[in-house]
Amino acid sequence: MIKSEAASPPKEGWLPRFRSSPPIRFLTSERAIALALVSPSIILVAIFVYGFIGWSAVVSVSNWHNINPDYSYVGLDNFKDLFQNFRFQIDIRNTVAFTLMFVLACLVIGFVLASLLDRHIAAEGVFRSIYLFPMAISFIVTGVVWRWLLAPRAGVNLLVSKVGWNPDYSWYTDSKVVYVHQGSALGDALHSIGIGFLTNPNYGLPLAMISVVIAATWQMSGFVMVLYLAGLRAIPDELKEAARVDGASEAQVLRHISFPLLRPVTLSAIIILGHQSLKIFDLVVSMTGTGPGFATDVPALFMFQSTFRANNFARGAAISVVMLATVSVLIIPYLYWSLRKESRL
Amino acid sequence: MTIRWTRVAIYAVLVIFALLYLMPIYVLVVTGLKNFREVSLDQMWDLPSGLHFSSFREAFKALDHNMWNSFRMVIPATILSCMLGSINGYILTKWRFPGSDIIFFLLLFGMFIPYQSILIPLVKTLQQGHLYGSLWGLIVTHTVYGIPITTLIFRNYYAGVPTEVVEAAKIDGASIFGIYTRIIFPLSIPGFVVVAIWQFTSIWNDFLFAATLTSNPSVQPVTVALNNLAGSFIVEWNVQMAGALIAALPTLLIYIFLGRFFMRGLMAGALSAQ
Repeated sequence: MIKSEAASPPKEGWLPRFRSSPPIRFLTSERAIALALVSPSIILVAIFVYGFIGWSAVVSVSNWHNINPDYSYVGLDNFKDLFQNFRFQIDIRNTVAFTLMFVLACLVIGFVLASLLDRHIAAEGVFRSIYLFPMAISFIVTGVVWRWLLAPRAGVNLLVSKVGWNPDYSWYTDSKVVYVHQGSALGDALHSIGIGFLTNPNYGLPLAMISVVIAATWQMSGFVMVLYLAGLRAIPDELKEAARVDGASEAQVLRHISFPLLRPVTLSAIIILGHQSLKIFDLVVSMTGTGPGFATDVPALFMFQSTFRANNFARGAAISVVMLATVSVLIIPYLYWSLRKESRL
Repeated sequence: MTIRWTRVAIYAVLVIFALLYLMPIYVLVVTGLKNFREVSLDQMWDLPSGLHFSSFREAFKALDHNMWNSFRMVIPATILSCMLGSINGYILTKWRFPGSDIIFFLLLFGMFIPYQSILIPLVKTLQQGHLYGSLWGLIVTHTVYGIPITTLIFRNYYAGVPTEVVEAAKIDGASIFGIYTRIIFPLSIPGFVVVAIWQFTSIWNDFLFAATLTSNPSVQPVTVALNNLAGSFIVEWNVQMAGALIAALPTLLIYIFLGRFFMRGLMAGALSAQ
């Protein structure tokens, strides 16, 4: 008989930890049943993920530029056109600018909140819930709310004007791009070290993007806080205590103990946030659209409009292939690293 | 004394951040509760003169059909992807076969892809299968693309169930299926709660699939309808705010009452952060 106590449910904290149990010895017929049970999922994913990716790749090298499918092969022409496309060049700049600002903001805020919450705070759970709740709502809702909060004549501008400060900041309606101008002192310096090509708005920071970063950070920083909090709690107190006994200051404990031990958490956070920002779509659609002079346009939006508004399927597919390739560069090593770490446990 | 001041400063920072995070909710609620005469932008931060529900009524009239669509899409898709994930997690932990790790890797990758890279074939396939533009098309889509994350969470969950239990049942002559129904499934209820909450939230909040796979307003989920409502110049902004709150309410309520389980799903998605 099977004793039911033996099968007590896994304890608190079971989720993040991987534990591979020793394989069971079993018969060929059982192996066949096991395979049959997972095969519906395997087949569905094989078709809907891998088959469809292959299909998109075929469309991306085809001549399908209108409503009628045309699969004649054109080589890499669509990709060449894409990288010379004015709007796509802006999109790349916007994605880089967004990703850098968004990931950095989330890491800093998430770490600060986690390290403050890790100091035996009363009502810690309440604070944690407040910082994390935006994660539960849709990017569309976030976009709608922040569009009003950052509307130039309302929201935040209005609030700070009540205390007598009139910043007159135009938020996402600002079409300005900050970049190093040719002929400026910094521009000359860049030229002299051979990277003068950077003196170009294509390597600048579109100010309107900052508004989208604020909304996205509001939504996602709580997630980073949770990751860091779990990471901090996993550091044994004895380790920090020993350092303090040896005369280390709090700053030194942070620098020499906490930071190095939190490196895997930081890496995970960067990869998860980074891959999300490469795909960002919903928030931009509902908050700003393409923005003034495409200042908040992103590849996902360009893909959507090319494909489903302009019926330029080949270009849409080419954009999606570029997006997939970029995300894969981040995700494949990450998955490999995660699963290898798991099997070593 | 200095220690106390540090404590005060820490709490002050935490409270300021909490207020910043809650600010959008404040604006949503007060704007939704204003009557149509007080909704000028200058009064955005002011409290309403009383509790007026006219904006909510208006927004609900515009969105109630789409809320219903969302429920009809989310519930079946959540149940289906939970079931598939549970079976997969069980097999991939307790009945591992050669190549099961590679299959797991290939499944997981599907969780991270930009869905743009499968969108054109998906639309064409659903059109062929007469599922395009229907809630069933969305249910199939969310079920299939939910397989990776549900499998991951269940796999981690079942890894914590001792293999000896399964061995013992096998010696007693239980079949793969019998072990699942009599031992694994009854132990899985917390796992199902985590996965169901995760799937409910992410399917409810999805916009990309909803926007590309439905064009008829009568079948559109609430995220699409809200985006249309907010993009319309004839809809007053207090109605837009009330609509945003209505659309966010189901997932917010889940978060408020079952936040602990929501957090676990979140951690699972972070893979090796631990």
